[in-house]
Amino acid sequence: MIRRILSLLLVTLLCLPALTGCHGARRMDAFEIPAEFDTSREHVITFWAKSDTNIKQTNIYKKAIEDFQALYPNIKVELKIYTDYSRIYNDVITNIPTQTTPNVCITYPDHIATYITGDNTVVPLDALFADGKYGLGGSELRYDGPDADEIIPKFLEECAIGEQHYAMPYMRSTEACYVNKTYVEALGYTLPEVLTWDFIFEVSEAAMATDEEGNFKVNGQSVMIPFIYKSTDNMMIQMLRQKNAGYSTPDGDILIFNDTTEELLREIAVHAETKAFSTFKISSYPANFLNKGQCIFAIDSTAGATWMGTDAPLSDIGEDDLVPFETVVKMVPQFDPQAPQMISQGPSVCIFNKSDPQEVLASWLFAQYLLTNEVQIAYSQTEGYVPVTSKAQASEVYRDYLSRAGEDNDLYYRVKMDATQLLLANTENTFVTPVFNGSASLRNAAGQMIENVTKSIRRKETVDDAYFEEMYRSISSLYHLDQQSMSTERADLGKLPLMSQVLIGVLATTWVLIGVYVLTGALKKRKK
Amino acid sequence: MKRILLVVLAALLALSCVACGTKDKEEDINKKSEGVMTYAEYEAAALESAVTIEAYIQAKQSWWDGKGTFYTQDGDGAYFLYELPCTEEEYAKLAIGTKIKVSGTKTAWAGEVEIIDATWEILEGNYIAEAKDVTALLGTEDLIKSQNMFVSFKGMTVEASKDASGADVPYLYKWDGSGQDGDDLYFNVSLNGQTYTFTVESYLCSKDTAVYQAVKNLKVGDKIDLEGFLYWYEGVNPHITEVTPAA
Repeated sequence: MIRRILSLLLVTLLCLPALTGCHGARRMDAFEIPAEFDTSREHVITFWAKSDTNIKQTNIYKKAIEDFQALYPNIKVELKIYTDYSRIYNDVITNIPTQTTPNVCITYPDHIATYITGDNTVVPLDALFADGKYGLGGSELRYDGPDADEIIPKFLEECAIGEQHYAMPYMRSTEACYVNKTYVEALGYTLPEVLTWDFIFEVSEAAMATDEEGNFKVNGQSVMIPFIYKSTDNMMIQMLRQKNAGYSTPDGDILIFNDTTEELLREIAVHAETKAFSTFKISSYPANFLNKGQCIFAIDSTAGATWMGTDAPLSDIGEDDLVPFETVVKMVPQFDPQAPQMISQGPSVCIFNKSDPQEVLASWLFAQYLLTNEVQIAYSQTEGYVPVTSKAQASEVYRDYLSRAGEDNDLYYRVKMDATQLLLANTENTFVTPVFNGSASLRNAAGQMIENVTKSIRRKETVDDAYFEEMYRSISSLYHLDQQSMSTERADLGKLPLMSQVLIGVLATTWVLIGVYVLTGALKKRKK
Repeated sequence: MKRILLVVLAALLALSCVACGTKDKEEDINKKSEGVMTYAEYEAAALESAVTIEAYIQAKQSWWDGKGTFYTQDGDGAYFLYELPCTEEEYAKLAIGTKIKVSGTKTAWAGEVEIIDATWEILEGNYIAEAKDVTALLGTEDLIKSQNMFVSFKGMTVEASKDASGADVPYLYKWDGSGQDGDDLYFNVSLNGQTYTFTVESYLCSKDTAVYQAVKNLKVGDKIDLEGFLYWYEGVNPHITEVTPAA
């Protein structure tokens, strides 16, 4: 009888891992580079890309695919265009458990840090970079791609998480301050070479003066928001960096709730109260206000430069609303003009792992094709982007392009090209924030604090010590900044829950009983 | 037996009349609970001020990341509820016609007046608005008074849009043609020599809806009637929900 019970127990225990194992996601084996690319089979790969609602960018992706498919007739690339990085991120996250991720995806390292929490979800690229046949500058490539040392090192570093590269840079941009110089001078100020936060706030307050009819003196209109920031995430991140204040550690410790943050938010609150400062989320696109003569300092990405200025090739507002003024492109405001610091941003490209290594290799061949001069130069010209390879930057075609700023208001639109030059001249002054599982949330939280304070002040709420305490608590909770899992490091999870302890106890006891049974059986045999 | 049957039938008839009477008794869609603004009070409220309204859901635009966006209306005007916090299950429960009470902040984004950062509760009541014909208001300053309402436009003519190659086309995917099937559709319509850009917003009406397909079948020069919601983005930008040949 005891023997039967023990046998049953043993069978149950053996079946348990199999049953519970079905509940989790299927494991993917790590990718290994095939010795040869199989050209006898057709590979269909999906490419999820982001376009800044710019038909030229969409067309460049389409042409790149066409040209690539002509070189590799057995690879078919299916393009899906998004206009929002967060939608790509959300869709990828949704597709990871079902292994229906795209093959190639435009993304941000912050997002990859979350993707790689799954097993072998994203392909580490270092081995592929170095592969003699299919790697960067590989002997078997059917196109002239960049060598490993031709990717701008600073941009490539941004794609490393820990010791591995999980992405390649695709395009780089930074933020710029697009200034209505005409109004700055009308207010009696002279633009400095490097803008400071103090200068911007001072001019912005001066621009709030109204006449007897309530119109703003500087533009004669009933609307004026002198300073509008598109990405408040970047605003807070850059302010903290310039102040050398805490944001996070590389391991994911959250340092953002500090005295400098509060000091900055209190300063922002002062200008939110006078309505000299607002944000994209609260008011709308800085470009629309700038071009209507209702904004003086519009801070947006250099990749938004084609929307900025009276002669901007892209516009959301009616021609009747356009106001003529001189647009000047400046770096984002600084606390120390002698040591400027600005964010590095822009899309990178990653490859998702699949069960078929040949499919992954096909993905890699396409991803790498995006770094060829043809694609790099064409795409960078659509906005104030910078190519990510020295090969493209040094090419005659690109040098010629840069030398022709202002020749027209389309390809050579001066404001766009000034924005490009801004990043080219300041690549060494750019920085990125640490990447870890949760860094995307921290970035959102950074901006949300500015949004909250600005909204609260506009709503005449009291912003005092208690307000900050409560806001830090709610933001920390909302963005899960209070959870141990922010870091990729193993964390001390504390004592096991009681039920887990009981289960482990039962399992241990069972194994002891099995041992006793086996031992007893053996002893009995010996006695016989 | 016949008498009894007759009495029962008469009683049933009387009962059904009473029931019909109750059904026919129209709900006062402009009646507000204690502390709730009338539409006029809402309209007069300053931007960035706290508002409390009661209205009926007319369309559900989207649910995303714990937030739903709705067009709502009472008998006097409309309220756009932007990113109302709700779970996906709650979003599903907020059916067209449902009456809700909403407390939030009145604000404006690119000209679109909306209620944000709101709390809400479902109330008893149901109302689905008839489309208000605003054709005659196109191009006038009075049009904005119907902002966010369910409206109709009659006898509009489809005008050409320019695609990337400069060719004349009846509609574009996204405003500049940079999109693909499933994205917002932009198309031009004219009346009395004035051209307006209308949109099929893909979150409000996905590519599987009749209106999305109808717009894809339009030809330049077609005469059409349209229904939709009077959204605003740097000027009037109606979100169209129905397109039919002009009556």
